[in-house]
Amino acid sequence: MDDALLELRGLSKTFDMGKGERLRAVRDVSLAVRRGESLGIVGESGCGKSTIARMVAQLTEVTGGQILFDGRDVTNLPRGRRRELWRRVQMVFQDPYSVFSPRMTVGDFLTEGLVHFGIASRAKARERLPELLARVELPPELAERLPHQLSGGQQQRVVIARALSIQPDLLILDEATSALDVSVQRQILKLLMRLKAELGLTMLFIGHDLAVVRSVTDRIAVMYAGSLVEQLPSDRLVETAAHPYTRRLLDSVFSTGDRGRKQIAIEDLSLIEKGRQLAGCPYQPRCAIATGICSGTCPSLTAVGENHSIACFARQGEELQ
Amino acid sequence: MDILTIDNYSVSYDGQRSAVDGVSLSVSRGEIVSIVGESGSGKSTLLHGMLGLLPKGAATRGRLALFGREISEMPAGERRALCGSRVSMIFQDTGRYMNPIARIGAQYDEFLRIHGMRDGAARRDLQREMLLKLHLTDPERVLRAYPFELSGGMRQRVGIAMAMSLKPELLLADEPTSALDVTVQAQVIRQMLELRESTGTAIVLVTHNIGVAAYLSDRIGVMQRGRLVELGDSQELIEHPKHPYTRGLLEAVVEIDDERLIANHG
Ligand SMILES: Nc1ncnc2c1ncn2[C@@H]1O[C@H](COP(=O)(O)OP(=O)(O)OP(=O)(O)O)[C@@H](O)[C@H]1O
Ligand SMILES: Nc1ncnc2c1ncn2[C@@H]1O[C@H](COP(=O)(O)OP(=O)(O)OP(=O)(O)O)[C@@H](O)[C@H]1O
Ligand SMILES: [Mg+2]
Ligand SMILES: [Mg+2]
Repeated sequence: MDDALLELRGLSKTFDMGKGERLRAVRDVSLAVRRGESLGIVGESGCGKSTIARMVAQLTEVTGGQILFDGRDVTNLPRGRRRELWRRVQMVFQDPYSVFSPRMTVGDFLTEGLVHFGIASRAKARERLPELLARVELPPELAERLPHQLSGGQQQRVVIARALSIQPDLLILDEATSALDVSVQRQILKLLMRLKAELGLTMLFIGHDLAVVRSVTDRIAVMYAGSLVEQLPSDRLVETAAHPYTRRLLDSVFSTGDRGRKQIAIEDLSLIEKGRQLAGCPYQPRCAIATGICSGTCPSLTAVGENHSIACFARQGEELQ
Repeated sequence: MDILTIDNYSVSYDGQRSAVDGVSLSVSRGEIVSIVGESGSGKSTLLHGMLGLLPKGAATRGRLALFGREISEMPAGERRALCGSRVSMIFQDTGRYMNPIARIGAQYDEFLRIHGMRDGAARRDLQREMLLKLHLTDPERVLRAYPFELSGGMRQRVGIAMAMSLKPELLLADEPTSALDVTVQAQVIRQMLELRESTGTAIVLVTHNIGVAAYLSDRIGVMQRGRLVELGDSQELIEHPKHPYTRGLLEAVVEIDDERLIANHG
């Protein structure tokens, strides 16, 4: 893709578990995010979403494939060249508490990026504190607090504010709004959408809440057991999602509209682990439409429509007919 | 008898502002009450107060009684014994309450041992059984792992497994499913309902997911700026919210078929 800001080519991560055991956390993932685009990544817990984010941010080693940022290969950058990338790529972690130093005030934490990257002097950066906090719906007096004196959602917003402070080109959000109540969440999502429209901010938005991910992304990539199984335009998620796992995700959403009358089917999720061991499609043990071929061969991502591709033999067959 | 009685209860961290402000709520055996509301409105503070886990400088007013006993009057030893066996808690950020340099198996085992399980083999069996129930389908790997080797949702499920292990009479759950994908979330919620069915456990659940609250709970309470502004039967509250804040909250929920917040990409 020409105008790709971020491109993953056959990206893989295998963790060595000792005793000769290996865990293939990410398997041969290829995808691209265009400049100014917002791409969502959804998928089961443990399917490798955070691992992808951490590889892009140079926080864990890539064991296979390539990462290109702005046309340059940034796979496993040497220590000395990471800073340059971090100036342009910021990440908001799933677990906000882990990124704070316990003795650093919120104000120092928030201005650290601006000072570190030489964007503002310490004094100038401190003047901007009220504005940085207000952007994420927080009052100025929080600047004097220590991280443990904030609520979960307040911590999460401080981390978002810091990532935005240095105006990165790419913002990676890993479950970044899951600790927020729905009204604050909506304000933060609107802020992100404004920055996208006005400054062309590019986003990788990892999340579990399909409704939220759908509402703030252009395209969605669905992962299962380390592999990419479907990619499709967000505005057509509900209507066109074709992979049986994506459909399953859509069926599992708890909506306020259900008013508690939803039925939860019993599922044997041990089939997820079993699927990882197979040579064929990882979803096959859980799949209702699997056929003979699915257990022997792993389907690859194939286009079935405009901007829409799936890795599923059964569905590919139907769509192409 | 009520398992939990809270009467005009307030908490202040700095002696000036109240993080929890005059909250009254009682929870009876087998009941599930969800608390939703603003970020920073005092939900976690209220749960920490129930377990006597507030930091030293915090001042409380009003009454908070567990099983008929006032928590502030309980000797520390008695309160500790209660936590884990009769009452247990799933924390909002499980990782923060785990020891980063000890394996999950060792931490889990220690937890069961200090709460009176003497038999090592029984402890091991229980750990595996609970992890499997929470769909951590390779329990051996999870028990051998250090916390950082698990994904966010896996760590969260370890926390849930531990808290549910001893079949508590009261389970306090602070955002227990926020890191879980929807299919796993649905299964975890089933497990909570089953625990209630089988042992009559009462559950106080803090969540931002109003769909989950509606599904799981008998009653829902709504908090804003330290106050419980509305409390009612969960169907009733969702269909006929009375307080303006509740109405606003329900309107802000992003649903799967809503108009999107993003302008279509050209
Ligand atoms: N440092 C590590 N060492 C060993 N295994 C790891 C390590 N980090 C992650 N894993 C494993 O890799 C797999 C993918 O983890 P990852 O954190 O990417 O999942 P995720 O999709 O972000 O899940 P969640 O939605 O629960 O956050 C998991 O099985 C996890 O246990
Ligand atoms: N140790 C502390 N010292 C001072 N203030 C604190 C402390 N812990 C929490 N607070 C403040 O008390 C208020 C209530 O916090 P609490 O964590 O109970 O909120 P919450 O409802 O759980 O929010 P969230 O949904 O964001 O987790 C917040 O304004 C928070 O900043
Ligand atoms: Mg993750
Ligand atoms: Mg909280």
